[in-house]
Amino acid sequence: MANWIFLIPLAPLIAAVVNFIFGRWYLRDRAHWLAILGVAISFGVSVAVVAQVARDEVALSQHLYTWIPAGDFQVPVTLTVDQLTAVMLLVVTGVSLLVHIYSVGYMHGDPGFYRFFAYLPLFVFSMLMLVLANNYLLLFVFWEAVGLCSYLLIGFWYRRRSAAQAAKKAFVVNRVGDFGFGLGVMLIFVHLGTLEYTGVFAQVGALPQGTITAIALLLFTGAIGKSAQIPLFVWLPDAMEGPTPVSALIHAATMVTAGIFMVARSWPIFAASPDAMLVVAIIGAATAFVAATIGLTQYDIKKVVAYSTVSQLGYMAFALGSGAWVAAIFHLTTHAFFKALLFLGAGSVIHAMHDEQDMRRMGGLKRHLPLTYWTFLIGSAANAGIFPLAGFWSKDEVIVGAWVGGRPIVAIVGLVAALFTSLYMFRVVFLTFHGPERFDAHTVHPHESPPVMAVPLLILSVGAVFAGFLGVPPERGVFHRFLEPVFSGHGAEVHHVSTATTLTFGLISTAVALAGLGLAYAAYVRGAIKPAVVAARLGPLYQLAYRRWYFDEIYEALIVHPLYRLSVWLWRVVDIGIIDGAVNGVAGLVNFTAQRWRRVQTGLVANYALAIALGTVIIVGVYLIVGSTLFQ
Amino acid sequence: MSELTATHFLTLSAALFIIGMLGVLIRRNVLVIFMCIELMFNAVNVSFIGFAWEQHSLVGQTFALFIIAVAAAEAVVGLGIIMALSRRLDTVDIDQVHELRE
Repeated sequence: MANWIFLIPLAPLIAAVVNFIFGRWYLRDRAHWLAILGVAISFGVSVAVVAQVARDEVALSQHLYTWIPAGDFQVPVTLTVDQLTAVMLLVVTGVSLLVHIYSVGYMHGDPGFYRFFAYLPLFVFSMLMLVLANNYLLLFVFWEAVGLCSYLLIGFWYRRRSAAQAAKKAFVVNRVGDFGFGLGVMLIFVHLGTLEYTGVFAQVGALPQGTITAIALLLFTGAIGKSAQIPLFVWLPDAMEGPTPVSALIHAATMVTAGIFMVARSWPIFAASPDAMLVVAIIGAATAFVAATIGLTQYDIKKVVAYSTVSQLGYMAFALGSGAWVAAIFHLTTHAFFKALLFLGAGSVIHAMHDEQDMRRMGGLKRHLPLTYWTFLIGSAANAGIFPLAGFWSKDEVIVGAWVGGRPIVAIVGLVAALFTSLYMFRVVFLTFHGPERFDAHTVHPHESPPVMAVPLLILSVGAVFAGFLGVPPERGVFHRFLEPVFSGHGAEVHHVSTATTLTFGLISTAVALAGLGLAYAAYVRGAIKPAVVAARLGPLYQLAYRRWYFDEIYEALIVHPLYRLSVWLWRVVDIGIIDGAVNGVAGLVNFTAQRWRRVQTGLVANYALAIALGTVIIVGVYLIVGSTLFQ
Repeated sequence: MSELTATHFLTLSAALFIIGMLGVLIRRNVLVIFMCIELMFNAVNVSFIGFAWEQHSLVGQTFALFIIAVAAAEAVVGLGIIMALSRRLDTVDIDQVHELRE
């Protein structure tokens, strides 16, 4: 199968290019066929390739060409499928395929339909190249490419000012992280002279400790941006301005996991630097906690799910920072299922409510949208970590990984965040689907989504229920045995978890999840706890969470505003005053001089002839006087 | 009566050249200016002949013949321009011809 790997990224690329060129005039509302076909081919080939990798337990690779041959330094475009890439391939192509199908219904009738189905396969192509790359430069190129696709899709409804702003924000915030990532790649090149994974990982141990830490932290900066960790997570909630399938595909299931994937891919570098690992763990835990508290207070259904994504990415990050590589990738995989499900379910609700996103104007939708309700409930329960759904197994393993990885505080923070996760997830369920109908029944008639949107929901909910069993029994499941070859060697530490620990944590996290469920039930169904009263009693703490910990305000005051002032100054003083002044000044000077000299052009031949004659006389005269000394 | 030398030729040549040049500078009639230019040509011819006579060489005379031929060709072009000018502007006064000024 190794010779067919190139088809995996190529098929979506062709679909994207054809839709770009012919979509507007010829394909229009048929553009989705090609896109779905492309991604389906990609998925099919991926399954075949992954099957072979699983059977032979060796990485497959296909060399396409050498991009930069410069002496000893080579940047080959080689597609490599090892076990880690295999997992990502299935997640990316599988979720993408479902999202493509769902989008046919969701985007139906949109004037930009063809454009949507050009951007979406382009994103799939970029993401696949990102996971298939075998060196950091190629990874970086497609890292930027997925950033571009994300920008295009967030700003898909570019006539909406808020969408255009959100796209810009995502792009700029990601640049900050990418800058660090770029520096990290350069640092690797400077010290090791190669960018291929195998070469880098083989030599990295020989570097001084400080250098390794610097490389690891710079690479992680990229992950902070792309995977929406503190302090760069602010772009992800705003990215909800894009169409909901985009939120499901890019801003929940695939692209935001690129940072996690990259850190897992670079694990020998991180493993060699305990300091960097500690930073990753702390940032991950802080992200998981902060985003969960914000999620508790938001009213926009998509925003809650978005903050939930940030929080879950925080879980993955602290699993990485604790050395629980497999747990992080496991959580990434299960999260892809249930978060895509949640977003598509939220999209279904929004679709049914005629683009209403505020949960205060929903309620009682269970009756109108039974299918959406049940699938959303499954997604929420999986996200909340209710036994035995997917999220339970992976989240539990992440927390246990942090505990045995020597980071008990991180594990406890993870448990607290898990309580919040359960609370905000069921808050969404109860506010949206239960209770009285808080919308105007005369103007809004909620209707169940068409089959083309329902089928992906059903498939994803099957995944959200059963994906967790890949990791059962904990630490020794199919998933772990499959990924084991990737995360061994290079001085990997293996923590063996006793059955008692596993069971204890399983019980604790089940208790925590059920506590969250119970609190949500008491607050939003029974009314035993008044959320408004609790909010008032918490006062500043509630405001802190509701205002998203003032991250946006702080950036506005510390970075955006001064930069804006600086830009205005540069514009008014430097650009208009100095640069334009210099250009206009030169032109003015030439004009002034020319106005004086044009008087010489009298138009009278006699004057010109006189000038010639006088000139000749002067030249000859000079020659006669000094010429004898000049030409000796 | 002293012997004829190159100096005499050159004096004549210089006188003719200066007369021609002053004519070009002072006169306004295009035709006269043109004739003055011819005068300057021939002043140069005289100095060539003078040197040829002094040096007993045919090179100078050959040159003079060449210049006469070239001057004939130039006269055709020059007169053609003057014809076109007088037809177009109905004048041969050089000061009236200043279309390039603005």
